[in-house]
Amino acid sequence: MTELVGQLINLLAAILLMLSFAMISQRRILSLIHLFTAQGAALVAATVLVGYATHQPHLYLSAGITLVLKVLLIPLLLHRVINRLDVRWDVETLINIPMTMIIGIALVIFAFNLALPIAKLSVSVVRGTLGIALACVLLSFMMMITRSKAVPQVIGFLSMENGLFFAATSATYGMPMVVELGIALDVLVGILILGVFMFHIREEFDSLDIRHLEKLKED
Amino acid sequence: MAALLFVLAIPLLGSVVLALTGQRDSAREINVGFSLGTFVATCALTVEVISGGPLFAWNREFYIDPLNVFLVTLTAFVGLTTAIFSRPYMRIERDHGKMTPNRMRLYHSMYQLFSFTMLLALTTNNLGILWVAMEAATLTTVLLVSVYRTPASLEAAWKYFILCGVGIAQALFGTVLLYMAAEKVIGTEGGALLWTNLDAVRGQLDPTIITLAFAFLFIGYATKVGLVPMHNWLPDAHAEGPTPVSAVLSGLLLNVAVYALLRCKVLTDGALHNHLAGQLMIGFGLLSVVVAAFFLSRQKDVKRMFAYSSIEHMGLITFAFGMGGPIANYAGLLHMTVHSLIKSGIFFAVGHATQKAGTQVMEDIRGLIKVSPTVGWGMMLGSLAILGMPPFGVFASEFLILTTAMREQPWATPFLLLSLGVAFASVFSRVQPMVFGETSVKPLRHPPALLPVFVHLGLGLLLGLYIPPYLDAWYRQAARMIGG
Repeated sequence: MTELVGQLINLLAAILLMLSFAMISQRRILSLIHLFTAQGAALVAATVLVGYATHQPHLYLSAGITLVLKVLLIPLLLHRVINRLDVRWDVETLINIPMTMIIGIALVIFAFNLALPIAKLSVSVVRGTLGIALACVLLSFMMMITRSKAVPQVIGFLSMENGLFFAATSATYGMPMVVELGIALDVLVGILILGVFMFHIREEFDSLDIRHLEKLKED
Repeated sequence: MAALLFVLAIPLLGSVVLALTGQRDSAREINVGFSLGTFVATCALTVEVISGGPLFAWNREFYIDPLNVFLVTLTAFVGLTTAIFSRPYMRIERDHGKMTPNRMRLYHSMYQLFSFTMLLALTTNNLGILWVAMEAATLTTVLLVSVYRTPASLEAAWKYFILCGVGIAQALFGTVLLYMAAEKVIGTEGGALLWTNLDAVRGQLDPTIITLAFAFLFIGYATKVGLVPMHNWLPDAHAEGPTPVSAVLSGLLLNVAVYALLRCKVLTDGALHNHLAGQLMIGFGLLSVVVAAFFLSRQKDVKRMFAYSSIEHMGLITFAFGMGGPIANYAGLLHMTVHSLIKSGIFFAVGHATQKAGTQVMEDIRGLIKVSPTVGWGMMLGSLAILGMPPFGVFASEFLILTTAMREQPWATPFLLLSLGVAFASVFSRVQPMVFGETSVKPLRHPPALLPVFVHLGLGLLLGLYIPPYLDAWYRQAARMIGG
């Protein structure tokens, strides 16, 4: 039974990584939000399974928070923002898509190598997945760099948070509850502020293109 | 215990009260009142710690020792003086039409919430909560920086949010790794993220995990300290937000980020038995000093210039702690204190100067001393103090850092001296015509608050001439604790 659960968790980890790749190659903002929601759902499933396999009831609570926040609330907010701002398309990336995929593969190899000696030391049933978690973090990081629009940058930021949560689950069975609640609060407040910001940026610049935000340069 | 409760509860309550009443004219006084209350509570806490030694509270979740108690007091003190300064400053901004009642409410509420997050970060014993408080501090200051809603301030705030958000996410990954290492020694039940518990078992933490954990923690918190090359957010955030916010960013936030770095360094040193943490801090600290000094000479905006000066000083502080040992640590702590006091004092003077001139461009600010001698002298003396002229406190700490560097890292000394020289030439040559020369500025409609400027400069001067024995004892204890 535990064997099966372990395999399932590894499968979900692979799905998380695949979704990260799908996100860096996706041009449409609407699809990006769907992918982000799917990634959240995979994270919830993985957290529940780890909780089940290791009899850590607080992981169920952690999974519940992720479900409410990352699968329901934040995607809903993002949908409202893009409807109100009417931005469903994101045609440009700063580097072309095949190139980002190749860089992405290099990042995954780097992450696996970095995590290998650490993962051996982990007591967790899912220690192999720490490398995947780090890879997700780095891929989201790259997405934030290569996108020129505000909404994809924010989704990259949130997806990085997903990677970090997965890292916490796979390395240590989750952080202490009080810390997890604090992180969730920060993420929620952060996304609200960013949402408001997008409206202000749109008002001031008539566009959500971050390349307009390059006035403050050194002379 | 009661004092600690008040230290945290007063600013939190203040942010709620001001969220409801912040648009009123009396909000500026209420803001000062809450800041004063916080400061009184921190004084009581300090007395408690001096008489009773290190203090735990609430299941060991909070911990006050000599290292953080002086930062708590400093934070509350600068918070109070900045609130006093912001009273006339914000009144003038309102008359200039830059602050609407709603923005005023946001500003005051966030100001108190920012104080709360700083104090929470300093007093908590839980490294996870430290991270949460640092992230919350980012969120509140993002709102403070963007309060004018001008394109430039929105740009600065967005950049600040994204850069610091990404940076601090790395610190969270580091915290996860640290927890993983601790869990193997302490177990899941025993509060494996409490710093005191980690400190007790630091020799048994796995070196492989800790090395990687420190790398991530360092990148994360160094972004908040504003070390080169993660410093890009800092000049923008300082220049585009209201001046009281620049003062608290430089005076408080950077200090608290250094504090977070120090807590992590102590654990890393204990686990690794080598100088990896120190070497990283020396390298990035020195790089920041050199790069910031050369950027200083190219600035046209007065607030940007002093923001680069903050990067330079943060680099110097990080360098000092990187060298480690009782003298360098002592110098680092002293430098944190005087930099915080003098830099916020300079920003107070700069704030009124830019209001008088109606611009932040240094070439258009001339002859301050003719219109308002106090603002002019405040800026002149403040600049001399921050550039390390004796008898101000910065001279004392820089002297200690340089002499230790000559002994322990002789190769770094020429770079430090050259950078300090370049910084002196660039800042002095720009401040001098702003203060003296033919005047172009107008008097203000409301009398500016210059008491905070001179209180800060006076304290900076005092610390250069004479360090009170109890402060000296604190610094020594804290310096011993940081070790290295």
